[in-house]
Amino acid sequence: MAHVTVTAKRSNIVRGIKRPSTPYLLLLPGLAWLAFFFIFPLINLAGTSTQTPTDSGEIGSYIQTFRFANYIDAISGARDQFARSIVYALIATLLALAISYPLAYAIAFKSGKWKNLLLVLVVAPFFTSFLLRTIAWKQILGNEGPVVTVLRWLHLLSPQSGLTASAFAVVTGMTYNFLPFMTLPLYASLERIDPRTLEAAGDLYANAITTFRKVTFPLSLPGVVAGTLLTFIPAAGDYINATLLGNPKTKMIGNVIESRFFEIVDYPTAAALSFLLMAAILILVMVYVRRAGTDELV
Amino acid sequence: MKRWLSKNLIKIYAFLAFVYLFIPIAYTMAFSFNDAGKSNLTWRGFTLNNWKNPCGAPDVCTALGNSLKIGFIATLLATILGTMIAFALGRHRFRGRSTVNILIFLPMATPEIVLGASLLAMFLNLGINPGFWPTVIAHVMFCISFVVVTVKARIASLDPKLEEAAMDLYASEVETFRKVTLPLVMPGIFGAALLAFSLSFDDFIITNFNSGTLTTFPKFVYISSARGIPAQANVIGSLMFILALAIVLTSQFVSTRKKRV
Repeated sequence: MAHVTVTAKRSNIVRGIKRPSTPYLLLLPGLAWLAFFFIFPLINLAGTSTQTPTDSGEIGSYIQTFRFANYIDAISGARDQFARSIVYALIATLLALAISYPLAYAIAFKSGKWKNLLLVLVVAPFFTSFLLRTIAWKQILGNEGPVVTVLRWLHLLSPQSGLTASAFAVVTGMTYNFLPFMTLPLYASLERIDPRTLEAAGDLYANAITTFRKVTFPLSLPGVVAGTLLTFIPAAGDYINATLLGNPKTKMIGNVIESRFFEIVDYPTAAALSFLLMAAILILVMVYVRRAGTDELV
Repeated sequence: MKRWLSKNLIKIYAFLAFVYLFIPIAYTMAFSFNDAGKSNLTWRGFTLNNWKNPCGAPDVCTALGNSLKIGFIATLLATILGTMIAFALGRHRFRGRSTVNILIFLPMATPEIVLGASLLAMFLNLGINPGFWPTVIAHVMFCISFVVVTVKARIASLDPKLEEAAMDLYASEVETFRKVTLPLVMPGIFGAALLAFSLSFDDFIITNFNSGTLTTFPKFVYISSARGIPAQANVIGSLMFILALAIVLTSQFVSTRKKRV
Protein backbone atom coordinates (compact mmCIF):
# COMPACT_ATOMS: atom_id res chain seq x y z
CA MET A 1 0.00 0.00 0.00
CA ALA A 2 2.78 2.37 1.00
CA HIS A 3 4.51 1.50 -2.22
CA VAL A 4 1.46 2.55 -4.21
CA THR A 5 1.27 6.00 -2.58
CA VAL A 6 4.96 6.58 -3.21
CA THR A 7 4.68 5.85 -6.93
CA ALA A 8 1.53 7.95 -7.09
CA LYS A 9 3.39 10.86 -5.52
CA ARG A 10 6.34 10.34 -7.79
CA SER A 11 4.27 10.34 -10.95
CA ASN A 12 2.53 13.47 -9.69
CA ILE A 13 5.72 15.42 -9.50
CA VAL A 14 7.13 14.06 -12.72
CA ARG A 15 4.03 14.78 -14.73
CA GLY A 16 3.29 17.75 -12.52
CA ILE A 17 -0.46 17.31 -12.41
CA LYS A 18 -1.05 18.09 -8.72
CA ARG A 19 -4.21 20.16 -8.35
CA PRO A 20 -5.43 21.14 -11.82
CA SER A 21 -6.09 24.74 -10.79
CA THR A 22 -2.54 25.38 -9.47
CA PRO A 23 -0.92 26.40 -12.79
CA TYR A 24 -3.73 28.80 -13.60
CA LEU A 25 -3.48 30.46 -10.19
CA LEU A 26 0.26 30.85 -10.70
CA LEU A 27 -0.25 32.33 -14.16
CA LEU A 28 -3.12 34.64 -13.31
CA PRO A 29 -1.42 37.74 -11.81
CA GLY A 30 1.45 37.88 -14.30
CA LEU A 31 -0.67 37.23 -17.36
CA ALA A 32 -3.27 39.75 -16.15
CA TRP A 33 -0.48 42.33 -15.95
CA LEU A 34 0.59 41.52 -19.53
CA ALA A 35 -3.03 41.60 -20.72
CA PHE A 36 -3.71 45.02 -19.20
CA PHE A 37 -0.40 46.70 -19.96
CA PHE A 38 0.77 44.95 -23.13
CA ILE A 39 -2.13 43.41 -25.10
CA PHE A 40 -4.76 46.01 -24.29
CA PRO A 41 -2.51 48.98 -25.19
CA LEU A 42 -1.71 47.32 -28.53
CA ILE A 43 -5.42 46.90 -29.30
CA ASN A 44 -5.96 50.50 -28.24
CA LEU A 45 -3.10 51.59 -30.50
CA ALA A 46 -4.66 49.69 -33.40
CA GLY A 47 -7.77 51.76 -32.82
CA THR A 48 -5.78 54.98 -32.77
CA SER A 49 -4.09 54.11 -36.06
CA THR A 50 -7.31 54.55 -38.08
CA GLN A 51 -8.46 57.79 -36.44
CA THR A 52 -8.63 61.22 -38.14
CA PRO A 53 -8.48 64.75 -36.70
CA THR A 54 -11.71 66.16 -35.25
CA ASP A 55 -13.55 68.96 -37.03
CA SER A 56 -12.61 71.46 -34.34
CA GLY A 57 -9.01 71.10 -35.50
CA GLU A 58 -7.73 71.08 -31.92
CA ILE A 59 -4.19 69.71 -31.75
CA GLY A 60 -4.03 66.15 -30.44
CA SER A 61 -7.76 65.39 -30.59
CA TYR A 62 -8.81 62.59 -32.91
CA ILE A 63 -11.97 60.70 -33.75
CA GLN A 64 -12.44 57.11 -34.92
CA THR A 65 -13.31 56.99 -38.64
CA PHE A 66 -11.67 53.65 -39.58
CA ARG A 67 -9.51 55.35 -42.17
CA PHE A 68 -7.14 52.55 -43.21
CA ALA A 69 -5.54 54.84 -45.76
CA ASN A 70 -3.64 56.24 -42.74
CA TYR A 71 -1.30 53.29 -43.20
CA ILE A 72 -0.60 54.17 -46.82
CA ASP A 73 -0.02 57.82 -45.93
CA ALA A 74 2.24 56.82 -43.05
CA ILE A 75 4.43 54.50 -45.12
CA SER A 76 4.71 56.85 -48.09
CA GLY A 77 5.85 59.62 -45.75
CA ALA A 78 8.55 57.50 -44.08
CA ARG A 79 9.66 55.04 -46.75
CA ASP A 80 13.37 56.01 -46.54
CA GLN A 81 13.52 55.84 -42.77
CA PHE A 82 11.79 52.47 -42.84
CA ALA A 83 14.21 50.98 -45.36
CA ARG A 84 17.14 52.48 -43.47
CA SER A 85 16.04 50.91 -40.18
CA ILE A 86 15.93 47.45 -41.74
CA VAL A 87 19.26 47.87 -43.57
CA TYR A 88 21.15 49.34 -40.58
CA ALA A 89 19.74 46.70 -38.26
CA LEU A 90 20.74 43.92 -40.67
CA ILE A 91 24.32 45.23 -41.03
CA ALA A 92 24.65 45.69 -37.26
CA THR A 93 23.33 42.16 -36.68
CA LEU A 94 25.82 40.64 -39.14
CA LEU A 95 28.72 42.60 -37.61
CA ALA A 96 27.65 41.57 -34.11
CA LEU A 97 27.54 37.94 -35.27
CA ALA A 98 31.04 38.22 -36.76
CA ILE A 99 32.40 39.69 -33.52
CA SER A 100 30.45 37.48 -31.13
CA TYR A 101 30.79 34.05 -32.71
CA PRO A 102 34.57 33.66 -32.24
CA LEU A 103 34.26 35.29 -28.82
CA ALA A 104 31.54 32.88 -27.69
CA TYR A 105 33.52 29.99 -29.21
CA ALA A 106 36.67 30.97 -27.32
CA ILE A 107 34.76 31.24 -24.04
CA ALA A 108 32.96 27.93 -24.55
CA PHE A 109 35.96 25.83 -25.65
CA LYS A 110 39.23 27.61 -24.85
CA SER A 111 38.79 29.39 -21.54
CA GLY A 112 39.17 26.53 -19.02
CA LYS A 113 38.66 27.70 -15.46
CA TRP A 114 38.23 31.33 -16.53
CA LYS A 115 34.89 30.58 -18.21
CA ASN A 116 32.60 32.13 -15.60
CA LEU A 117 34.75 35.21 -15.17
CA LEU A 118 34.86 35.82 -18.93
CA LEU A 119 31.09 35.45 -19.15
CA VAL A 120 30.70 38.10 -16.47
CA LEU A 121 33.08 40.33 -18.42
CA VAL A 122 30.93 39.97 -21.56
CA VAL A 123 27.93 41.35 -19.69
CA ALA A 124 29.85 43.78 -17.49
CA PRO A 125 30.02 46.75 -19.92
CA PHE A 126 26.25 46.76 -19.89
CA PHE A 127 26.18 47.62 -16.21
CA THR A 128 26.90 51.22 -17.18
CA SER A 129 24.18 53.21 -18.80
CA PHE A 130 23.37 52.54 -22.46
CA LEU A 131 23.32 56.29 -23.06
CA LEU A 132 26.69 56.91 -21.38
CA ARG A 133 28.24 54.22 -23.57
CA THR A 134 26.74 55.68 -26.73
CA ILE A 135 27.93 59.15 -25.81
CA ALA A 136 31.37 57.74 -25.06
CA TRP A 137 31.45 56.39 -28.65
CA LYS A 138 30.37 59.80 -29.89
CA GLN A 139 33.39 61.35 -28.19
CA ILE A 140 35.82 58.56 -29.10
CA LEU A 141 34.85 58.84 -32.77
CA GLY A 142 34.47 62.62 -32.55
CA ASN A 143 36.69 65.14 -34.33
CA GLU A 144 38.83 65.76 -31.23
CA GLY A 145 38.86 62.05 -30.36
CA PRO A 146 41.76 59.60 -30.68
CA VAL A 147 40.48 57.69 -33.74
CA VAL A 148 40.08 60.70 -35.99
CA THR A 149 43.40 62.17 -34.80
CA VAL A 150 45.27 58.99 -35.73
CA LEU A 151 43.49 58.59 -39.07
CA ARG A 152 44.20 62.19 -40.00
CA TRP A 153 47.85 61.83 -39.00
CA LEU A 154 48.07 58.76 -41.26
CA HIS A 155 46.35 60.81 -44.01
CA LEU A 156 43.60 58.21 -44.19
CA LEU A 157 41.08 60.91 -43.39
CA SER A 158 41.11 64.44 -44.78
CA PRO A 159 41.18 67.29 -42.22
CA GLN A 160 37.65 68.36 -43.17
CA SER A 161 35.92 65.01 -42.82
CA GLY A 162 35.11 63.14 -39.63
CA LEU A 163 33.51 59.89 -38.50
CA THR A 164 30.56 60.97 -36.36
CA ALA A 165 27.22 62.23 -37.63
CA SER A 166 27.31 59.45 -40.21
CA ALA A 167 25.72 56.11 -41.05
CA PHE A 168 29.05 54.50 -40.09
CA ALA A 169 28.81 55.87 -36.54
CA VAL A 170 25.16 54.83 -36.19
CA VAL A 171 25.89 51.25 -37.26
CA THR A 172 28.99 51.13 -35.01
CA GLY A 173 26.93 52.23 -32.03
CA MET A 174 24.17 49.74 -32.77
CA THR A 175 26.64 46.87 -33.21
CA TYR A 176 28.23 47.67 -29.88
CA ASN A 177 25.09 48.27 -27.88
CA PHE A 178 23.36 44.99 -28.67
CA LEU A 179 26.45 42.74 -28.55
CA PRO A 180 25.66 40.74 -25.37
CA PHE A 181 22.24 39.83 -26.81
CA MET A 182 24.22 38.06 -29.53
CA THR A 183 27.07 36.62 -27.46
CA LEU A 184 25.06 35.01 -24.65
CA PRO A 185 22.70 32.82 -26.75
CA LEU A 186 25.66 31.82 -28.97
CA TYR A 187 27.65 30.81 -25.91
CA ALA A 188 24.69 28.88 -24.49
CA SER A 189 24.31 26.75 -27.62
CA LEU A 190 28.07 26.26 -28.16
CA GLU A 191 28.59 25.26 -24.54
CA ARG A 192 26.02 22.47 -24.90
CA ILE A 193 28.05 20.78 -27.66
CA ASP A 194 29.75 17.63 -26.40
CA PRO A 195 33.49 18.03 -27.17
CA ARG A 196 33.52 14.31 -28.02
CA THR A 197 31.45 14.98 -31.16
CA LEU A 198 34.22 17.31 -32.32
CA GLU A 199 36.86 14.71 -31.49
CA ALA A 200 34.84 12.13 -33.41
CA ALA A 201 34.86 14.38 -36.47
CA GLY A 202 38.66 14.66 -36.16
CA ASP A 203 38.97 10.89 -35.81
CA LEU A 204 37.05 10.57 -39.07
CA TYR A 205 39.75 12.68 -40.76
CA ALA A 206 37.79 15.91 -40.95
CA ASN A 207 40.12 18.90 -40.78
CA ALA A 208 39.38 21.88 -38.56
CA ILE A 209 37.42 23.73 -41.23
CA THR A 210 35.28 20.75 -42.20
CA THR A 211 34.60 19.97 -38.54
CA PHE A 212 33.42 23.50 -38.01
CA ARG A 213 31.30 23.57 -41.15
CA LYS A 214 29.68 20.17 -40.74
CA VAL A 215 29.52 19.74 -36.96
CA THR A 216 30.08 22.81 -34.79
CA PHE A 217 28.17 25.40 -36.78
CA PRO A 218 25.02 23.29 -37.43
CA LEU A 219 24.90 22.38 -33.73
CA SER A 220 25.15 26.05 -32.73
CA LEU A 221 22.35 27.12 -35.08
CA PRO A 222 19.70 27.62 -32.33
CA GLY A 223 22.08 30.11 -30.70
CA VAL A 224 22.67 31.89 -34.01
CA VAL A 225 18.90 32.21 -34.56
CA ALA A 226 18.19 33.44 -31.02
CA GLY A 227 21.15 35.83 -31.04
CA THR A 228 20.40 37.40 -34.41
CA LEU A 229 16.74 37.90 -33.44
CA LEU A 230 17.58 39.43 -30.07
CA THR A 231 19.97 41.82 -31.83
CA PHE A 232 17.90 42.63 -34.91
CA ILE A 233 14.62 43.42 -33.12
CA PRO A 234 15.86 46.13 -30.73
CA ALA A 235 18.21 47.51 -33.42
CA ALA A 236 15.38 47.98 -35.94
CA GLY A 237 13.28 49.95 -33.44
CA ASP A 238 16.14 51.94 -31.93
CA TYR A 239 16.41 55.68 -32.35
CA ILE A 240 18.99 56.60 -29.72
CA ASN A 241 22.03 55.66 -31.82
CA ALA A 242 20.59 57.50 -34.81
CA THR A 243 19.92 60.57 -32.67
CA LEU A 244 23.26 60.72 -30.88
CA LEU A 245 25.61 59.40 -33.58
CA GLY A 246 23.81 60.22 -36.81
CA ASN A 247 22.71 63.17 -38.90
CA PRO A 248 19.34 64.14 -40.42
CA LYS A 249 20.02 61.75 -43.31
CA THR A 250 20.43 58.74 -41.01
CA LYS A 251 17.05 59.08 -39.26
CA MET A 252 15.38 55.74 -38.58
CA ILE A 253 11.75 54.73 -38.18
CA GLY A 254 12.04 55.11 -34.40
CA ASN A 255 12.94 58.79 -34.86
CA VAL A 256 9.84 59.29 -37.00
CA ILE A 257 7.51 57.57 -34.52
CA GLU A 258 8.99 59.55 -31.63
CA SER A 259 8.67 62.93 -33.35
CA ARG A 260 5.14 62.13 -34.64
CA PHE A 261 4.16 61.39 -31.07
CA PHE A 262 5.83 64.19 -29.15
CA GLU A 263 6.54 67.02 -31.57
CA ILE A 264 3.74 66.83 -34.12
CA VAL A 265 1.19 65.15 -31.81
CA ASP A 266 0.05 63.07 -34.78
CA TYR A 267 -1.03 59.97 -32.86
CA PRO A 268 -2.67 58.10 -35.78
CA THR A 269 0.46 58.20 -37.96
CA ALA A 270 2.69 57.24 -35.01
CA ALA A 271 0.34 54.34 -34.25
CA ALA A 272 0.21 53.19 -37.89
CA LEU A 273 4.02 53.30 -38.17
CA SER A 274 4.37 51.32 -34.92
CA PHE A 275 2.16 48.59 -36.34
CA LEU A 276 3.98 48.57 -39.66
CA LEU A 277 7.30 48.21 -37.83
CA MET A 278 5.96 45.39 -35.70
CA ALA A 279 4.45 43.65 -38.74
CA ALA A 280 7.70 43.96 -40.72
CA ILE A 281 9.67 42.48 -37.81
CA LEU A 282 7.22 39.63 -37.19
CA ILE A 283 7.17 38.67 -40.89
CA LEU A 284 10.97 38.71 -41.10
CA VAL A 285 11.21 36.69 -37.89
CA MET A 286 8.71 34.09 -39.08
CA VAL A 287 10.35 33.62 -42.47
CA TYR A 288 13.78 33.42 -40.83
CA VAL A 289 12.75 30.96 -38.11
CA ARG A 290 11.03 28.74 -40.70
CA ARG A 291 14.17 28.64 -42.83
CA ALA A 292 16.46 28.03 -39.88
CA GLY A 293 14.18 25.24 -38.70
CA THR A 294 13.98 25.93 -34.99
CA ASP A 295 10.70 26.09 -33.14
CA GLU A 296 11.20 26.73 -29.40
CA LEU A 297 12.18 30.36 -29.04
CA VAL A 298 11.60 30.90 -25.36
CA MET B 1 55.67 31.62 -34.95
CA LYS B 2 53.13 30.92 -37.66
CA ARG B 3 52.00 27.79 -35.84
CA TRP B 4 51.67 29.64 -32.56
CA LEU B 5 49.61 32.28 -34.31
CA SER B 6 47.20 29.84 -35.92
CA LYS B 7 46.85 27.95 -32.66
CA ASN B 8 46.09 31.06 -30.64
CA LEU B 9 44.26 33.06 -33.29
CA ILE B 10 40.89 32.63 -31.63
CA LYS B 11 42.26 33.72 -28.25
CA ILE B 12 43.77 36.85 -29.77
CA TYR B 13 40.47 37.56 -31.48
CA ALA B 14 38.58 37.12 -28.19
CA PHE B 15 41.05 39.42 -26.45
CA LEU B 16 40.49 42.12 -29.09
CA ALA B 17 36.74 41.69 -28.74
CA PHE B 18 37.08 42.33 -25.01
CA VAL B 19 39.17 45.43 -25.70
CA TYR B 20 36.38 46.65 -28.00
CA LEU B 21 33.78 45.93 -25.31
CA PHE B 22 35.65 47.89 -22.68
CA ILE B 23 36.79 50.94 -24.66
CA PRO B 24 33.69 53.05 -23.88
CA ILE B 25 33.76 51.94 -20.23
CA ALA B 26 37.39 52.94 -19.85
CA TYR B 27 36.55 56.22 -21.52
CA THR B 28 33.57 56.90 -19.24
CA MET B 29 35.66 56.07 -16.16
CA ALA B 30 38.63 58.18 -17.24
CA PHE B 31 36.42 61.20 -17.85
CA SER B 32 34.89 60.87 -14.39
CA PHE B 33 38.28 62.18 -13.18
CA ASN B 34 38.31 65.04 -15.67
CA ASP B 35 38.57 68.56 -14.28
CA ALA B 36 35.75 69.33 -16.68
CA GLY B 37 33.95 72.42 -15.55
CA LYS B 38 30.73 72.76 -17.55
CA SER B 39 31.24 70.43 -20.50
CA ASN B 40 33.04 67.14 -20.22
CA LEU B 41 34.20 66.89 -23.84
CA THR B 42 37.98 67.29 -23.76
CA TRP B 43 40.58 66.30 -21.18
CA ARG B 44 41.49 69.23 -18.93
CA GLY B 45 43.46 67.55 -16.17
CA PHE B 46 43.01 65.08 -13.31
CA THR B 47 40.80 65.79 -10.32
CA LEU B 48 39.04 63.85 -7.57
CA ASN B 49 36.44 66.56 -7.02
CA ASN B 50 33.72 64.81 -9.05
CA TRP B 51 34.08 61.67 -6.97
CA LYS B 52 34.08 63.63 -3.69
CA ASN B 53 30.88 65.35 -4.67
CA PRO B 54 28.86 63.08 -6.99
CA CYS B 55 25.68 65.08 -6.39
CA GLY B 56 27.46 68.31 -7.36
CA ALA B 57 25.72 68.72 -10.70
CA PRO B 58 22.14 69.99 -10.42
CA ASP B 59 19.40 67.31 -10.50
CA VAL B 60 21.74 64.38 -11.09
CA CYS B 61 21.02 62.73 -7.72
CA THR B 62 17.27 63.39 -7.92
CA ALA B 63 17.29 61.56 -11.25
CA LEU B 64 19.39 58.75 -9.76
CA GLY B 65 17.00 58.46 -6.79
CA ASN B 66 14.01 58.15 -9.12
CA SER B 67 15.76 55.46 -11.16
CA LEU B 68 16.65 53.46 -8.04
CA LYS B 69 13.10 53.69 -6.64
CA ILE B 70 11.51 52.66 -9.94
CA GLY B 71 14.10 49.91 -10.34
CA PHE B 72 13.51 48.38 -6.89
CA ILE B 73 9.70 48.38 -7.08
CA ALA B 74 9.62 47.13 -10.68
CA THR B 75 12.20 44.40 -9.95
CA LEU B 76 10.29 43.15 -6.90
CA LEU B 77 6.96 42.93 -8.73
CA ALA B 78 8.36 41.53 -11.99
CA THR B 79 10.41 38.90 -10.14
CA ILE B 80 7.39 37.67 -8.15
CA LEU B 81 5.02 37.61 -11.14
CA GLY B 82 7.60 36.16 -13.52
CA THR B 83 8.75 33.44 -11.11
CA MET B 84 5.15 32.30 -10.62
CA ILE B 85 4.69 32.00 -14.39
CA ALA B 86 8.02 30.18 -14.69
CA PHE B 87 6.91 27.58 -12.12
CA ALA B 88 3.58 27.11 -13.90
CA LEU B 89 5.40 26.55 -17.21
CA GLY B 90 8.28 24.52 -15.81
CA ARG B 91 6.41 22.28 -13.37
CA HIS B 92 2.87 21.89 -14.70
CA ARG B 93 1.09 20.65 -17.77
CA PHE B 94 -2.03 22.56 -18.64
CA ARG B 95 -4.15 23.60 -21.58
CA GLY B 96 -3.12 26.80 -23.29
CA ARG B 97 0.58 26.29 -22.59
CA SER B 98 1.73 27.32 -26.04
CA THR B 99 -0.47 30.44 -25.94
CA VAL B 100 1.23 31.42 -22.68
CA ASN B 101 4.63 30.81 -24.29
CA ILE B 102 3.75 33.13 -27.17
CA LEU B 103 2.42 35.77 -24.78
CA ILE B 104 5.74 35.68 -22.91
CA PHE B 105 7.78 35.87 -26.11
CA LEU B 106 5.81 38.72 -27.73
CA PRO B 107 6.89 41.61 -25.44
CA MET B 108 10.54 40.65 -26.10
CA ALA B 109 9.90 40.65 -29.86
CA THR B 110 8.17 44.03 -29.80
CA PRO B 111 10.39 47.07 -30.35
CA GLU B 112 10.61 49.24 -27.25
CA ILE B 113 9.25 52.24 -29.07
CA VAL B 114 6.02 50.35 -29.82
CA LEU B 115 5.71 49.22 -26.19
CA GLY B 116 6.28 52.74 -24.93
CA ALA B 117 4.02 54.48 -27.44
CA SER B 118 1.11 52.04 -27.04
CA LEU B 119 1.18 52.25 -23.25
CA LEU B 120 1.30 56.05 -23.27
CA ALA B 121 -1.59 56.21 -25.76
CA MET B 122 -3.65 54.00 -23.42
CA PHE B 123 -2.78 56.05 -20.33
CA LEU B 124 -3.74 59.25 -22.15
CA ASN B 125 -7.04 57.73 -23.30
CA LEU B 126 -7.82 56.70 -19.73
CA GLY B 127 -6.96 60.19 -18.50
CA ILE B 128 -3.93 58.98 -16.52
CA ASN B 129 -1.01 61.39 -16.59
CA PRO B 130 2.44 59.93 -17.27
CA GLY B 131 4.75 59.94 -14.25
CA PHE B 132 6.19 57.70 -11.54
CA TRP B 133 3.58 54.90 -11.37
CA PRO B 134 2.95 54.62 -15.12
CA THR B 135 6.72 54.18 -15.48
CA VAL B 136 6.79 51.45 -12.80
CA ILE B 137 3.88 49.68 -14.54
CA ALA B 138 5.71 49.84 -17.87
CA HIS B 139 8.95 48.49 -16.38
CA VAL B 140 7.22 45.55 -14.68
CA MET B 141 5.55 44.75 -18.02
CA PHE B 142 8.76 44.48 -20.04
CA CYS B 143 10.77 42.79 -17.25
CA ILE B 144 8.31 39.91 -16.66
CA SER B 145 9.28 38.01 -19.83
CA PHE B 146 12.99 38.17 -19.05
CA VAL B 147 12.36 36.88 -15.51
CA VAL B 148 10.21 34.00 -16.85
CA VAL B 149 12.88 32.94 -19.36
CA THR B 150 15.72 33.08 -16.79
CA VAL B 151 13.89 31.24 -13.99
CA LYS B 152 12.36 28.69 -16.38
CA ALA B 153 15.84 27.77 -17.65
CA ARG B 154 16.95 27.17 -14.05
CA ILE B 155 13.91 25.02 -13.28
CA ALA B 156 14.49 22.99 -16.44
CA SER B 157 18.09 22.28 -15.41
CA LEU B 158 17.07 20.78 -12.04
CA ASP B 159 17.33 17.05 -11.55
CA PRO B 160 13.76 15.84 -10.82
CA LYS B 161 15.27 12.98 -8.80
CA LEU B 162 16.02 15.40 -5.95
CA GLU B 163 12.35 16.24 -5.56
CA GLU B 164 11.38 12.59 -5.96
CA ALA B 165 13.81 11.71 -3.18
CA ALA B 166 12.23 14.29 -0.88
CA MET B 167 8.80 12.85 -1.66
CA ASP B 168 10.05 9.31 -1.05
CA LEU B 169 11.17 10.51 2.37
CA TYR B 170 7.56 11.51 3.05
CA ALA B 171 7.98 15.24 2.61
CA SER B 172 4.69 16.84 1.66
CA GLU B 173 4.37 18.81 -1.56
CA VAL B 174 4.68 22.10 0.33
CA GLU B 175 7.71 20.92 2.31
CA THR B 176 9.40 19.61 -0.84
CA PHE B 177 8.83 22.93 -2.52
CA ARG B 178 10.08 24.99 0.44
CA LYS B 179 13.08 22.87 1.41
CA VAL B 180 14.23 21.42 -1.92
CA THR B 181 12.83 23.09 -5.02
CA LEU B 182 12.91 26.74 -3.96
CA PRO B 183 16.50 26.75 -2.60
CA LEU B 184 17.66 25.06 -5.81
CA VAL B 185 15.87 27.59 -8.02
CA MET B 186 16.96 30.56 -5.88
CA PRO B 187 20.16 31.37 -7.86
CA GLY B 188 18.00 31.61 -10.98
CA ILE B 189 15.55 33.94 -9.24
CA PHE B 190 18.42 36.06 -7.96
CA GLY B 191 19.92 36.28 -11.44
CA ALA B 192 16.53 37.19 -12.90
CA ALA B 193 16.08 39.96 -10.34
CA LEU B 194 19.51 41.35 -11.17
CA LEU B 195 18.66 41.28 -14.87
CA ALA B 196 15.30 42.96 -14.27
CA PHE B 197 16.92 45.68 -12.19
CA SER B 198 19.57 46.43 -14.78
CA LEU B 199 16.96 46.49 -17.59
CA SER B 200 14.78 48.85 -15.58
CA PHE B 201 17.63 51.08 -14.43
CA ASP B 202 19.01 51.44 -17.95
CA ASP B 203 15.75 51.83 -19.84
CA PHE B 204 15.35 55.04 -21.77
CA ILE B 205 12.87 54.62 -24.62
CA ILE B 206 9.86 53.24 -22.72
CA THR B 207 10.59 55.51 -19.77
CA ASN B 208 10.78 58.55 -22.02
CA PHE B 209 7.25 57.86 -23.24
CA ASN B 210 5.65 57.18 -19.86
CA SER B 211 7.45 59.31 -17.29
CA GLY B 212 6.19 62.77 -18.25
CA THR B 213 8.26 65.39 -16.43
CA LEU B 214 9.87 62.91 -14.03
CA THR B 215 13.60 62.52 -14.77
CA THR B 216 15.38 59.21 -14.41
CA PHE B 217 19.13 58.78 -14.67
CA PRO B 218 19.15 57.81 -18.40
CA LYS B 219 16.75 60.68 -19.13
CA PHE B 220 19.06 63.05 -17.29
CA VAL B 221 22.00 61.89 -19.43
CA TYR B 222 19.98 62.22 -22.63
CA ILE B 223 18.68 65.70 -21.83
CA SER B 224 22.07 67.01 -20.75
CA SER B 225 23.85 65.41 -23.75
CA ALA B 226 22.76 68.37 -25.87
CA ARG B 227 24.88 70.83 -23.89
CA GLY B 228 27.49 68.48 -22.42
CA ILE B 229 27.15 65.88 -19.71
CA PRO B 230 28.51 66.80 -16.27
CA ALA B 231 31.38 64.62 -15.06
CA GLN B 232 29.19 63.59 -12.10
CA ALA B 233 27.12 61.47 -14.50
CA ASN B 234 30.33 59.59 -15.37
CA VAL B 235 31.00 59.10 -11.65
CA ILE B 236 27.54 57.57 -11.14
CA GLY B 237 27.89 55.44 -14.27
CA SER B 238 31.26 54.15 -13.07
CA LEU B 239 29.93 53.50 -9.56
CA MET B 240 27.00 51.46 -10.88
CA PHE B 241 29.42 49.47 -13.02
CA ILE B 242 31.73 48.68 -10.10
CA LEU B 243 28.81 47.84 -7.80
CA ALA B 244 27.13 45.49 -10.29
CA LEU B 245 30.42 43.77 -11.07
CA ALA B 246 31.10 43.32 -7.34
CA ILE B 247 27.65 41.79 -6.75
CA VAL B 248 27.99 39.35 -9.64
CA LEU B 249 31.55 38.31 -8.79
CA THR B 250 30.73 37.84 -5.09
CA SER B 251 27.70 35.69 -5.87
CA GLN B 252 29.79 33.58 -8.26
CA PHE B 253 32.51 33.21 -5.65
CA VAL B 254 29.97 32.18 -3.00
CA SER B 255 28.36 29.59 -5.27
CA THR B 256 31.70 27.98 -6.23
CA ARG B 257 32.72 27.90 -2.56
CA LYS B 258 29.44 26.17 -1.67
CA LYS B 259 30.02 23.56 -4.35
CA ARG B 260 33.43 22.70 -2.88
CA VAL B 261 31.95 22.23 0.61
